[in-house]
Amino acid sequence: MLLTIRGLSKGFPGTKALDGVDFDLAAGEVHALLGENGAGKSTLIKCLTGAYRRDGGEITLDGQPISPGSTSEAQDLGIGTVYQEVNLLPNLTVAQNLTFGREPRRFGMVDGRAQRAEARRMLEGYGLDIDVGRDLGTYSVAVRQIVAIARAVALSGKVLILDEPTASLDAAETAMLFDVVRGLRDRGLGIVFVSHFLDQVFDLTDRLTVLRNGRKVATEVTAELDRLRLIEHMLGHELEAAERAEHALTDPQATTRPELLRFAGFGRPGHVAPFDLTVHEGEVIGLAGLLGSGRTETAELMFGAHAAQSGTARDARGDVPLATPREAIAAGFGFAPEDRKTDGIVADLSVRENIALALQARRGWARPIPRAEQARLAEEYIRRLDIRTSDADKAVGDLSGGNQQKVVLARWLAMNPRFLILDEPTRGIDVGAHAEILRLIHEITEGGMAILVISSELDELIAVAGRVIVLRDRAHVAQLIGAEITTDRIVQAIAASHGTDAPEGEAA
Amino acid sequence: MMPRTLSRILPQALTLLAVVALVSAVFPGFLDVDLVNGRLVGPAVDVVKRGAPVALLAVGMTLVIATRGIDLSVGTVMAITGAVAAWTIGAGWGWGGAVALALAAGLAAGLWNGCLVAVIGIQPIVATLILMTAGRGIAQLITEGRILTFNDAAFAWFGSGSLLGVPVPAVLWLLTAILVAQLMRRTALGLLVEAVGINRRASALAGVNARVLLIAVYMASGLCAALAGIVATADIRGADANNAGLWLELDAILAVVIGGNSLMGGRFSVAASVLGALIIQTIDTGILLAGFPSEYNLVIKAALVLVILVLQSPNLGAHWHFLRSQMRRRAEPAPAASPQGPGAQPRTTPAEEARR
Repeated sequence: MLLTIRGLSKGFPGTKALDGVDFDLAAGEVHALLGENGAGKSTLIKCLTGAYRRDGGEITLDGQPISPGSTSEAQDLGIGTVYQEVNLLPNLTVAQNLTFGREPRRFGMVDGRAQRAEARRMLEGYGLDIDVGRDLGTYSVAVRQIVAIARAVALSGKVLILDEPTASLDAAETAMLFDVVRGLRDRGLGIVFVSHFLDQVFDLTDRLTVLRNGRKVATEVTAELDRLRLIEHMLGHELEAAERAEHALTDPQATTRPELLRFAGFGRPGHVAPFDLTVHEGEVIGLAGLLGSGRTETAELMFGAHAAQSGTARDARGDVPLATPREAIAAGFGFAPEDRKTDGIVADLSVRENIALALQARRGWARPIPRAEQARLAEEYIRRLDIRTSDADKAVGDLSGGNQQKVVLARWLAMNPRFLILDEPTRGIDVGAHAEILRLIHEITEGGMAILVISSELDELIAVAGRVIVLRDRAHVAQLIGAEITTDRIVQAIAASHGTDAPEGEAA
Repeated sequence: MMPRTLSRILPQALTLLAVVALVSAVFPGFLDVDLVNGRLVGPAVDVVKRGAPVALLAVGMTLVIATRGIDLSVGTVMAITGAVAAWTIGAGWGWGGAVALALAAGLAAGLWNGCLVAVIGIQPIVATLILMTAGRGIAQLITEGRILTFNDAAFAWFGSGSLLGVPVPAVLWLLTAILVAQLMRRTALGLLVEAVGINRRASALAGVNARVLLIAVYMASGLCAALAGIVATADIRGADANNAGLWLELDAILAVVIGGNSLMGGRFSVAASVLGALIIQTIDTGILLAGFPSEYNLVIKAALVLVILVLQSPNLGAHWHFLRSQMRRRAEPAPAASPQGPGAQPRTTPAEEARR
C-alpha cells in the first residue's frame, strides 16, 4: 500500500469528527471518499494534509509513519491537494503559478524564459495546449483545475487528493479532467477523489470508502457495487428493524388531520424546482435525498431565507407571504438551520439571550422582555430540553454542539410556532443528545405543531416522520406515507434514474 | 445589573484615575477647581469640556463598532454640520434653525453611510471612507472655501456657555451618553445591536431586522457627530471646513478601543467608551500642562496609549508567561524547556482548529 491510515481519530469540542477510521490507498488507483456533510471527509483530508493534528491513529506513507504539521510539510512528503475552489492566483501567469515559490533565477532575478520552459515541461502529458505566459484567470475553471493538479503533482508526486474537483465543471470539462486523472493513475500515483456525484464515482474510481458520522462504513471495489448498496452505505439502515417498531408510534392517519398549510408550485430557479406540499397539523414530514438534492433549498424557500419566485403558500385564512424570514416568523414559522454555528447561534450571547432573541425580535425593540421573564424562559427550556449548561448566562458558544442545537430549538419553541423546520437537527451531536432530540420532536407535535425534518440519516427519518418526501436533482420526486416509509423504498426513490421514477405522490 | 456594569467599566475607571494621578504628579494644580463668575474653572474642568467632541463621537462610534462596523466619516460630518450651522446663522435663521439643520445634516450623513453598508453591502470601512474624503468638499462648498464666522451669542452658548457652572459641552456629552446608554439597556436595542454584530446571518434568520438596525446605528453616529460639530463650531464661533474635526474619527475609535470594546463587534459599553475619551483628553491636556516641548506631545501620547492598550490586553497573561520563560531560558545556559513556555502553545491550538 502506498498510504495506510489506521485508527485515525480527531475530536472537536462537543463532537468526535473522526472515530477510528481506517483507509488504504494503493499506488495506481483512484479511490473515492464518500459521505454526507459532516461524515468526516474533510477532517480526514485535513489530517492528511497537515491542516489538522490528529488525536490518535497512524498514517504511513511508503511504509514510513508520517505526521505532517503543515500543508507544505505534507507536500514535501508527497501528498498534494487540489480543492474545489482552486487555490492558485488568477492574476499571475500560468507559468508563475506553476513555479510559484521555486522560480528559476538568474543573477538573483526571476528568469522568465526558464520559468516558461519549466512550466511547459510541467504541463507535458496533460493534453493542454495553452500559452503559459498568459494570466491564469483568462482560462476556464477546468484548465485552472488541471494547472493546479499539475502543480500539485510536480510538488508532491505520490498522493494526489482531489476535493470535489468537478463541482463547477460541465460534462465535457469533467471528461477532460477525468482523462488527466486516469493518466496520472497510470503513472502510478495514488489518487483520493472526493465527490458528491455518484455517476462520476462509478465512472472514474477503482475503489471507494464510505464514511458516516466519523466512522468508516465500508471500503468496496467500485465495479462490484451497485448504486443502491452505495446509497444504503451513505445513509445507513442498520437499525431498520428496531426503527420499524418505533415507527408504529407515529400517527399513520396524519394526513387526515386538519390542513395547516398548502404550498403550490413553490420554487425558485437554481434552488429547487416548483413543488406542491400540504402540511397537516401535528404532522412530521421528512425530507430525504442526497446532499445537493434540494433539501436545504426547500427549507430556505419555505422560511423566506431566499424568496420563492413561483407559487404560493396558503393557510385557512388565505395567502401567506414568505419573502423574508421576518414574514415567515410572523406567519408562525420557525427554522433551525443546518449550519448551527454560522446560521443558528449567536455565539457570544448568553443561553438566555439566545433563547429570547427571536421572541424579542418579534416584539420589537421598544418592548424589551423583562430580564426576569427572560430568565424564567431560559430556566424553563433548560429544564424541559435538558440543556447542559452551568447557568443561563453562559455564552452559548461554550456549549457542546448538541446543547447549542437545543438552544436553537428552545428559541423557536419559545415562539410557539405552528410550523417548525429542522434542517439536520442531529448533525454532529453525540448519540445521547441525538435520541433526546428525536424524542422532543415527538413530544412537540402532540400540541398540534407541524414539523419538517431534513436529515441525511434515513433511520432518523423513518423513526420520526409520518410522511417522507424524496428529493433528487433539486426536485421533489416521490412521496412515501406511513408504512411505505422503509429504507429500501427511500433508497430506491433516491437512486432511480431519470424517467423510471419510484411511486410519485402529490409532490411529483 | 448595577455591579455588572460597574465591573465592566472598572479597568477604564482605574486607568483614568492612574492617568489623573500621573498628571497631578507632574502638574500639582491639575485637580484645582475655582468658581469664577458663577462658572467652574480649572484644568480638570477644561478636560471635561475639551473632551466633548471626542466623547460625543465615541458614543455613536461605540454603537457602530458593536455591529462590527466602523464610521470613518464622523470627523468630516462634524465639518459639514458646523458649516451648515454657520451658514444657517448667516442666513438669519437663528440658533434654533442652525441646531435643527445641523442635526438633520448629521442624520442624512448617517443615512447615506447606513444605506451603503446595509443595503448595498459595501464594507463599512470603505463605505464611510467615501464620505470621509468627499465630505470635506461638501463642507467647503457650503462655506465657499472661507472660514464662516458668525456672532450669535445664543448659538455660541453651546460651545462656551455654562449650565449651573458646568461647561455646556460637558453637559451635552454627559446627557448624550446617559441617554444612549439608557436607550440601549432599557429597551431591547442593546441586545439586538450586539446580536447583529456577533452574527448578522443568524440574527436575521431569528427575525431581527438587521438592515434597519444597521442604518439606525449609522444615523445615531451621524447625529452624535452633528452634536460634536455644533460644539466645535460654537466654541470658535466659526466653521472651518478644512480643520473642523480633522482626525477626530481616529481619536473616537481609539476611545472606543480604550473602552475595551472589540472591533469585531458584539458586547459594548457606552460608559467605558466615554471614559476612554476622557482618558485621551486627560493625556492631551496633561502633556500641555506639564510643559513638554510641543514636538513631544504626540510621541508621549502614543507611548501612553500603547501602555494602556497593552495593560488591557487579555493576552497579557499569556505573553507575560512567555516573556518570563524566554528570559529564564536566556538566563540559564542549558536550553531546558520551562514549564510555561511550551505549555502556552498547545492550549491555543484546539480553539483555533475549532474555529476553522
